[in-house]
Amino acid sequence: MNLQAVLVVAAALFAIGVYGALSQQSLVMLIMGLEMMINAGILAAVGFWSLAAGGNPQGEMLVIMFMTVMAVEMALGFSLITNVYRIRRADITEKLRRLRE
Amino acid sequence: MNAPSWTTVLFWFFAAGGVITGYRVFRADSMVRAAFFLLASFAATGGLLVLLGAEFLGMVLILMMAGEMLVMAIIMVMYMMNPAGLNPMFMVHQHRTSVIAAVASFLALAVLPFVITLPARANPRPVAATAQLGTELLGDSMLVFQTAGVTLLATIVGTVALTSRRGRYGDAEEGSKEPPLEEEAMESP
Repeated sequence: MNLQAVLVVAAALFAIGVYGALSQQSLVMLIMGLEMMINAGILAAVGFWSLAAGGNPQGEMLVIMFMTVMAVEMALGFSLITNVYRIRRADITEKLRRLRE
Repeated sequence: MNAPSWTTVLFWFFAAGGVITGYRVFRADSMVRAAFFLLASFAATGGLLVLLGAEFLGMVLILMMAGEMLVMAIIMVMYMMNPAGLNPMFMVHQHRTSVIAAVASFLALAVLPFVITLPARANPRPVAATAQLGTELLGDSMLVFQTAGVTLLATIVGTVALTSRRGRYGDAEEGSKEPPLEEEAMESP
């Protein structure tokens, strides 16, 4: 278990997240892709904190901010999806061609 | 060569589990199943965090994600067609571009750790990470911590404001129109 291995695993998770966020039509699945990218960020940050930062607790603060961003992103994403569904009855990105109609 | 230690075995177990379940998220037929695959992926990441010495953060990640994924599964059942996964589901667009972008980002990020010189100052063992984090949270980094709290409060207010049906500017559904029953024609912009 060294830093390179952790970063490679984080890179794999990030790549899966990129794939999901770019390819999924369903809005909720798109959010899942974004969450997975942030998850990879968390893993890489903790890897650096544990194996390269010499036990500085401020590294963990960074991870807590990552988690905050994750929660905010998901809550706001879901409220936007609720709104879009209510107004357009749409749950996939293809139905949102126009911003205003 | 000596036998691999149990941390190495666990590390690769969690790593492989996280990546495989993460991949299965976007290959599952049912969106509810996808949510639970994502939860499994997050749980594996939480295990990796614990292995790396961040016990508190790993457990918080698992607990937070358990709640989030249950909400996500409920949202799926509420809004999505075919939540039960009775039919094969493959709802993607720009598939080639996505695969190319994913492979490119993986290669770029995975090659990087091997070509640059990484700092190698491992945490002293044993490190009382949770106690240190608690002291940091309520000490030097209290402003950061409070900012995160206020951000979450603002998120709660924003979410309620966005989803309430009647708001300051009138009814939320005013001006919206019901979709036609038949498949609407996709016109190009």
